[in-house]
Amino acid sequence: MSGALWRERVRRLRANPGAVVALGIIGLLVATALVGPWFSPNDIETLDWSHVAAQPGMAHAHWFGTDRLGRDLFVRTLEGARVSLAVGLVASAVSLSLGLCYGAISGYVGGRTDQLMMRLIEILSGLPLIFFVIFLTVIFGRSAYLLFFAIGAVGWLTMARIVRGQTLSVRRQEFIEAAVASGASTARIIFRHIVPNVIGSVIVYGTLTVPQIVLFESFLSFLGLGVQEPHASLGTLIAEGAGEMEAAPWILFVPGAFLAALLLCLNIFGDGLRDAFDAKER
Amino acid sequence: MFRYFLKRAGAAVPTLFIIVTLTFFLIRIAPGGPFDREQSLPPDIMANLQSAYGLDQPLWAQYARYLGALAHGDFGPSFKYKDFSVTELIGQGFPVTLELGAIALGLALGLGILIGTLAALRHNRAADYVTMALAVSGIAVPSFVVLPLLALLFGIRLHWLPVAGWEPGSIRYLVLPVIALALPPLAYIARLTRGSLLEVLRSHYIRTAIAKGLPLHIVILRHALRPALVPVAGYLAPAVASIMTGSLVVETIAGLPGVGRYLVQGALNRDYTLVMGMVILYSTVLIGMGLIVDLLYAWLDPRIRFER
Repeated sequence: MSGALWRERVRRLRANPGAVVALGIIGLLVATALVGPWFSPNDIETLDWSHVAAQPGMAHAHWFGTDRLGRDLFVRTLEGARVSLAVGLVASAVSLSLGLCYGAISGYVGGRTDQLMMRLIEILSGLPLIFFVIFLTVIFGRSAYLLFFAIGAVGWLTMARIVRGQTLSVRRQEFIEAAVASGASTARIIFRHIVPNVIGSVIVYGTLTVPQIVLFESFLSFLGLGVQEPHASLGTLIAEGAGEMEAAPWILFVPGAFLAALLLCLNIFGDGLRDAFDAKER
Repeated sequence: MFRYFLKRAGAAVPTLFIIVTLTFFLIRIAPGGPFDREQSLPPDIMANLQSAYGLDQPLWAQYARYLGALAHGDFGPSFKYKDFSVTELIGQGFPVTLELGAIALGLALGLGILIGTLAALRHNRAADYVTMALAVSGIAVPSFVVLPLLALLFGIRLHWLPVAGWEPGSIRYLVLPVIALALPPLAYIARLTRGSLLEVLRSHYIRTAIAKGLPLHIVILRHALRPALVPVAGYLAPAVASIMTGSLVVETIAGLPGVGRYLVQGALNRDYTLVMGMVILYSTVLIGMGLIVDLLYAWLDPRIRFER
């Protein structure tokens, strides 16, 4: 974790114009989602019967138009984006912590434990996990906590593999030997010495997990299994818009464009981050 | 190698068994049952229905009975679609889903490999950057956004293709759903092919092949592409999974009579047997794909041996 290495990584990242622009756009989108609704005279629930399915424009207060019930699309899209982002961040955190602990333990303890834990990962990745997420959301109602957990539970397998690989190489280094010699417990070595040293690749892979999870959440919401009324995520809004496509395409277009831009920039930034951290990829 | 294949196919049976068992008990723990209505049924009718479908028996007895029927290839009657067995429902819908998915996979593979190869040959030139930028957008933009937009453009504005619907034997209804489904895996395959081909092109035997004067297309087709496709083969199973999950929404948007809608609706209706049938169908396809990938590995890279 030397400062020079991190400065070099930041320099490489800044030399990548795509990643810098993507990060800027992500910042802009997130900031708009957070503060945008304050600047609009409308709120999410009010039905404006004089402007039902109104076109986008500056002629009335609904800059991005309204939906079938006269609700303001600008505010609804931004609220939906908040929900999607929150699910994306929390579920990514769940899947990262799961994968980090599992991978670090498996890699450090090694031996038969390692074999057993990796075998379990192999079996789990053979199962069609997405169906189990669908069942879980159907079975246990649509609680938001379950949604976070279920989506996060899908993403941690790859993370655990990556962390285990990193741990195997960190484990052989001298400072771990020193820690063992000075009598540190296994748990202390794993969480004080191994985890901080593998966190770099965790963050990089985590950046690429966020768009996957945001996408997956909107997929579930699109199927009607995710976020429920009166709340909406981008997926719910897109599902509404797809039904009104012929008469009022902007109901689809506004949240669709927001989601597409967000996913695109998250992916580009994640790729850039990975390239900056992993010089041999070039 | 044939013995290895048999061994792997044999190992798939316990995996399927675990999936069947997990799904069976998961879906039955769910509150509610297949005969719940807005107005509750009179108790004696309810009791009759329950006993007709064997739901009044203890759970383990139902499980044993289901496994017994399954061993004879009987998926049981659907709870929701009266007068239809699960086998009939899946038998009617699966050909449509299979056609949609197979064309999408073929398109993703063919075009993805082609585009990836072209990008690798134009490495660090404009064509490379443009295709890879398009590939990132293909991965990022979900099919349930792409399909309505395509339908809006080609169906409603230009009137070239039907917006939604289905007619047996007519390919016109499949064009837009296939494109929407194929786009994400296509983009990913293009990126994988480009990356691994760039690596292969740097190796010594390729330099030898070029040095002895072989034309470029022979070098690519005969020497470079085969080893470069190993990571693409590894992506096949996830690609099939992505196409299958994508078809859940794409079939609904495009109004195709495939099996996609049965999984989510079946789970919502507590149509136990239908959900079980769908899970078995999808898992079998996924596991089968894994086996095909193993065989492909051996063909693409003969150094891969099967001692394990």
